[in-house]
Amino acid sequence: MSAEKPDEKVPAAPELSPLLEKVVSRLGDRVLEHHTARGDDRIHVARERILEAARILRDDPELSFDLLLDVTAIDYFGQPDNFEAKLQVWDRNRAVMRRLPQRRHELVLPPRGPEPRFAVVYHLTSTRLAHRLRIKCRVPEDDPKIPSVTAVWPAANWLERETWDLYGIVFDGHPDLRRIYLYEEFVGHPLRKDYAKHGEQPIQEYVGPGAKEPRRPH
Amino acid sequence: MLDPERKNPAVPIEGNQAAALEELHTPPMRLQFGPSHPATHGTVKITLDLEGEQVVWSDVEVGYLHRGFEKECETGYYYQNIPYTDRLNYSSPILNNTGYCMAVEKLFGIAPPERCNYIRTIGCELSRMADHMLCIGASAMELAAFTPMLYLIEGRELILDMVDSLCGARVTTNFVRIGGISANMPENFPEFARPRLDRALKLFEDADKLLTENPVFRQRMEGTGYLSRDDLIAWGVTGPMLRAGGEPYDVRKVHPYLVYGELDFDVPVGEHSDNFDRYLVRLEEFRQSRRIILQCLERMPDGPVDADDPRVRWPGKGRVFNRMEELIDQFKLVTEGGMPPAGEVYHAVEAANGELGFYIVSDGTGKPWKCRCRAPSFSNMSPLSKMITGGQLADVVPTFGMINMIGGECDR
Repeated sequence: MSAEKPDEKVPAAPELSPLLEKVVSRLGDRVLEHHTARGDDRIHVARERILEAARILRDDPELSFDLLLDVTAIDYFGQPDNFEAKLQVWDRNRAVMRRLPQRRHELVLPPRGPEPRFAVVYHLTSTRLAHRLRIKCRVPEDDPKIPSVTAVWPAANWLERETWDLYGIVFDGHPDLRRIYLYEEFVGHPLRKDYAKHGEQPIQEYVGPGAKEPRRPH
Repeated sequence: MLDPERKNPAVPIEGNQAAALEELHTPPMRLQFGPSHPATHGTVKITLDLEGEQVVWSDVEVGYLHRGFEKECETGYYYQNIPYTDRLNYSSPILNNTGYCMAVEKLFGIAPPERCNYIRTIGCELSRMADHMLCIGASAMELAAFTPMLYLIEGRELILDMVDSLCGARVTTNFVRIGGISANMPENFPEFARPRLDRALKLFEDADKLLTENPVFRQRMEGTGYLSRDDLIAWGVTGPMLRAGGEPYDVRKVHPYLVYGELDFDVPVGEHSDNFDRYLVRLEEFRQSRRIILQCLERMPDGPVDADDPRVRWPGKGRVFNRMEELIDQFKLVTEGGMPPAGEVYHAVEAANGELGFYIVSDGTGKPWKCRCRAPSFSNMSPLSKMITGGQLADVVPTFGMINMIGGECDR
């Protein structure tokens, strides 16, 4: 029942999968790391260069990643990729809330690790060549920004809005970066690990147009 | 039967018409369509600006059914999250169960036995049939054709009877387990299923006859909601919508999982990329699903249905009550959950509306660090604004109906 050591943290094996060979030869030094684990190919790209990497991945005829399936983020919460430390965040947060419910937004945070806190993850596929690729970009907590890929794949529009809504990562150059699930007055980003699962907040007062008008009675 | 000349009437306002509107100084009318509108089968708010009957600007707002699926998954053990996936696309729950469990199995590195894969395939295709029936019936009802809905709901009841016989529940199935399924298929299932499949097909054909040649239905569906094949791909649309645009992308064919690689079935492809083709693609997929089920029933192998892996499958009750090791095993599995190695996987299945992917990040504990669901409805909804802007107000309803947005999945 013991957790095995992660097999992905070891430096990439010398033999690359055929797809990663092509990707690395096209992207060159834009690829920081590459892994193949459990049949999934994955590359790491610096966040400043994601846009140029995205253009090459879409336009190169041998890659032709035309279908952006998913954009999301991972909150590593100060942990490096290999998850060596076991966090008891939920237990701790719940204990705080039970003791001091009025201070439920001030939760105990574990010490920060050396790696950037967030990773933005893109899943791509090609309708013609039928291969899949995952791209990861690390994004630090104090400057949670990354260029938007909406210009390359319009599908990123809503997916990036969702990531902004739930993780608070700003996509530079996004045409319409609003919250998508929650309402504009909501405080915080609920999929961050320091947002308690039971962190309910009272419905914030609506401040948009027509806010002062009397509500119609039910 | 199809008219190759039909064109998309959704053209932007320009030229003389724009100049005339400029002169008249008529401000567009703002219409709030939803969040709970009788002509939409889903909770979504569409804000429309209308010039007469024409939509000149639109904004789609989702999230009315957001209930924190991903946050909830991060706090449960892997096996505890399976019932949540029922509630994603509640009209085809077994597909969601399968997608989640296969992603977790990929994380563990488990291959379930052959019989399990066949039964899962049957469950998946039954779900797909039920979903398509509901989608077509509800969309027709929104276009004021009420009778086909009654036929299709009756057919869906027969499908749900079969789901019931497989797992004891009709809608919230909770059927698939990590490394197996909740119960073996009943022995008399083939005899139980065949007449019901035939009867469901008969009802489906009746609804097909009522709709496909119906001039009112065709006028509302043909040429509306057009989006070119390149746009569909660029906007991340998958499933029947993408196939109606002429792109045969189907995860069952492109990356075969379960036993789809061994079965003989076709992927229907449309050519006009409008609502009517989406409807026709769904019609044909229903028939192909029935074909898949009949093949699975014929080829059903014998053997166990659960993977023999103590990390995920609980020992039988008889052994738990009589033997020490199995008792400890069960206790650890229930209280700590099975622990996969740390790492991350993405696994996709072809759900009724498109590619349903689960991206799971494990930190080596019994709970997922992150469990992301790539919902087809969400990506399929994102170009809705583009599809309806420039068209008529009445076209919003069939376009939205053929996207088949399921709130539970889109808003998670």
